[in-house]
Amino acid sequence: MTFVRGIANWFGQTLRLIARNKAGFLGFIGLLFFIFLAFVMPLFVPLDKTSRVDKIYNPPSAEHILGTDFQGRDIFSLVVHGGRDVIVIAFLTGAISTFIAVVLGSISALLGGAVDSAIMAATDFWLAIPTFPLLAVLATQIKLNDVWLLSLILALLSWATLTRAIRSQVLSLRQRDYVEAARSLGMSHRHIIFKEILPNMMSYIAISLVFAMTAAVYAQGGLVFLGLLSFSDNNSWAVTIQLAWTRGAIFFKDSFLNIMAPVAAIALFQLSLVLFTRSLEEIFNPRLRVGV
Amino acid sequence: MTVNATPIIELDRVSRVFEQRRRQVKAVDAVSLAVQEGEVVCLVGESGCGKTTTGKMIAGLIHPSGGEVRYAGKNIWAMSKDEFRRYRLAVQLIHQDPYASLNPAHTVYGIMSAPLLQHGIVANHKQARERVRDLLRTVDLTPPDDFLDKYPHQLSGGQRQRVSVARALTVSPKVIVADEAVSMVDVSIRVSLLNMLSRLKRDLGVTFIFITHDLAVAKHFAWEGRIAVMYLGRMIEIGRTPQIINHPQHPYTRALLSAIPEADPRITRTKERLQLRSLDIPSLLNIPSGCSFHPRCPLFEAGLCEVSVPPLADVGDGTRVACHVVARERAKEVVA
Amino acid sequence: MSENAKTAGEPALLVEDLWVEYPARRGVVKAVRGVSFELRRGETLALIGESGSGKTTLGLALVRLLPKAARIKQGRIMYYRNGTSQDVLALNAEQLRRFRWQECAMVFQGAQNALNPVLRIEAQFLDTARAHGMTDAKAVRERAIELLKMVQLDPQRVMHSFPHELSGGMRQRVLIALGLLLQPQVIILDEPTTALDILTQRSVIEVLRRLRTQLDFSLIFISHDLSLAAELADRVATVYAGAIVEIGSVYDIFERPRHPYTLALTRSVPTVTGEMHPLASIPGSPPDLINPPLGCAFHPRCPYATDQCRSQEPRLERVGDDQFAACWHWQEVKP
Repeated sequence: MTFVRGIANWFGQTLRLIARNKAGFLGFIGLLFFIFLAFVMPLFVPLDKTSRVDKIYNPPSAEHILGTDFQGRDIFSLVVHGGRDVIVIAFLTGAISTFIAVVLGSISALLGGAVDSAIMAATDFWLAIPTFPLLAVLATQIKLNDVWLLSLILALLSWATLTRAIRSQVLSLRQRDYVEAARSLGMSHRHIIFKEILPNMMSYIAISLVFAMTAAVYAQGGLVFLGLLSFSDNNSWAVTIQLAWTRGAIFFKDSFLNIMAPVAAIALFQLSLVLFTRSLEEIFNPRLRVGV
Repeated sequence: MTVNATPIIELDRVSRVFEQRRRQVKAVDAVSLAVQEGEVVCLVGESGCGKTTTGKMIAGLIHPSGGEVRYAGKNIWAMSKDEFRRYRLAVQLIHQDPYASLNPAHTVYGIMSAPLLQHGIVANHKQARERVRDLLRTVDLTPPDDFLDKYPHQLSGGQRQRVSVARALTVSPKVIVADEAVSMVDVSIRVSLLNMLSRLKRDLGVTFIFITHDLAVAKHFAWEGRIAVMYLGRMIEIGRTPQIINHPQHPYTRALLSAIPEADPRITRTKERLQLRSLDIPSLLNIPSGCSFHPRCPLFEAGLCEVSVPPLADVGDGTRVACHVVARERAKEVVA
Repeated sequence: MSENAKTAGEPALLVEDLWVEYPARRGVVKAVRGVSFELRRGETLALIGESGSGKTTLGLALVRLLPKAARIKQGRIMYYRNGTSQDVLALNAEQLRRFRWQECAMVFQGAQNALNPVLRIEAQFLDTARAHGMTDAKAVRERAIELLKMVQLDPQRVMHSFPHELSGGMRQRVLIALGLLLQPQVIILDEPTTALDILTQRSVIEVLRRLRTQLDFSLIFISHDLSLAAELADRVATVYAGAIVEIGSVYDIFERPRHPYTLALTRSVPTVTGEMHPLASIPGSPPDLINPPLGCAFHPRCPYATDQCRSQEPRLERVGDDQFAACWHWQEVKP
């Protein structure tokens, strides 16, 4: 019972902290909306696969609230079904690259010496490679329709910058008096890393994760848009844009929503992520948590 | 104090060189000091004199570049893992800044219970809570239950410093190195903090190495102990507190004591001041030759002071001074 | 001298019932609560208080350099010179700019940050002068050299140095010289010796003492350091929880304090010279300026507190020839 109440308290407090920052709260609401749109709505709105030659580029109506696309399909259903992969890939990519960065950055900072030099040399080398063209080449060679594989490869785009950032964070935290006090008290390395250093980096890590997510959304969008990545039967906001683009939707007056609806979905999702980082700072700031 | 007993802490010509932009900075230069169990020794000096680095070497947090740090007669950097662990817990450091020395992510209970649990001093959280309560009472944070679940940011500077002391007490240290432990708290809080530390010294028999820039605080905390004065990485005078305060020998110590502004207008406006030859403090990157105080020293003698580093010489009354001129004059007096 | 005679008895600065507040996360900080005092011509007044006493806010209010969020709720700040007066709270932006260096200069705590790091000291003098319409660079340079000599610095060396090439004590003295450039009649120093080493502190103190005899200005310094007040001040005001609780001559304050807080403060600082006397500790914690205690703000820590102290706030009243204390029980307070 107390455990349940503890969880409830935690949620209540976290919500309160999120609400402290108006922009962050707006981002939070936006994210909830997109999660609902992409994961719950598809259960109620079937994906429209039928071509209707008589309904090409129809304006919004009661039947099709966002109008229809170049094949006469319902744009709203495309938007509803196009979010899942984008969000999942973004999250996985963010999580993988942040994980790599936290592990490598911490090792680099805490061990120092040759290990540090080796890891830093690797990041230098990686940062010198033009990664996006490399990814484009990779995409033509490997069939990238596995969500995990794609996330892993996208994560390789951002790990190096993140690793350096995390390393400098750990380096500065390691110098703190309380870490020295912990050493003096004979605390284990594990304690020092997980109890003294990591908790003070949580907001930084969470914010890094969110920014890695936004980068991943753009990277996958870019690859799809260039036609280098195809989602065979899956749908995606990026696929919708790419198809609309290649079918010349930009040339018609009535095709505006065919391109703009998925563009708006991506833009608003990104905006929500960026705004939400404002609240992350509050959530992870122990100064704002009240002792119970 | 038995003179023949093995000192609990012994520094034997300990040095520390830091690398700063490819230049060597000698923060501590061949400092020797023996501290007996239960003793209070104040390391006094201005910023850059090496007192903090010396303190951290005593606590085993910085490796010396030369010389040996011994705990109970054993070189700490040649100890077995088990011995080192015992030493590590026996010597605790209290930091200067109470806002930086407590992890903001944890509550007072979290901060204090971690070492208790890690070292098996208590068996479980229930015992840990009891022990933490006792320790909070020891440092006058009462009632302890008001503080257990507070985060550091909810405490005042003085209260944080008490938590810092209580945390050091979790591992029952034999030696406490207090680095400017009271200099960052307000005047009105400072005295009660000092009184609390004095009580620990008396009740628990803890050996204190008290690092401060404030000779008045040193006088009050260590009247029964000793004061060691440092200047640019070297120890230049050491002796019993009343001797150092009332009969300082080294011209630097004398200058320092005469320069201190006092919180009494009649005393401070009539005090005799020792004039220095230069106000500039030399840089650690460019320490003067010979006696490093010679460019500022009113007793400076050309051909002597800038040539060789004066050794610490016994001048009687248990005081030792690193000054060519003072040592010579005192030796003459003895002959006469 | 003749000017002084003409305006004899007139203060350099008069503050009446000043209240300053600023918003914080937890609520409104009542940083200055009804402060009144006068700065007499040619005197040195020390405002002594601990951290969070509101003394720095008070200093900033005197030159209207408060942060934007802060608000002067009420009060009056008057500067007098040669028989004319200026109401600082009524000045417009242009008047204020002129006022700040020519009438009253403030030298801040943390001398490192107050100088522009990319300009040589000479340029800082010239810029300050130019901003106030002194365009004769030669005259400014001469004046700067004269002032640097007065603060015991070598002008040849210092004028061409960048701030980072000078030590903390030297920078502090440069700032004092810069503050004197436009011959203000009031100088406010915020923690002038904090964070300086003892021998450096001594040199700053001696410089200030010498300047006082050479030039004609009034000085306010704000500090937590009682010994600085003992060294330099003619009069001392103790500040507690945003209010002046006692003000009087330096000897009265140190030898015959009538407010329990002043008494406790002067008894809590150890001295190097003289006997070992036991130090008195002040129980409790510093006051919370968001929710100051009801009645006398010092009552939770005061050994003399009674029911009256818990409900009614005492005002400054005359307790000696030139000494005022805000305490219901000042007659019982004995050193």
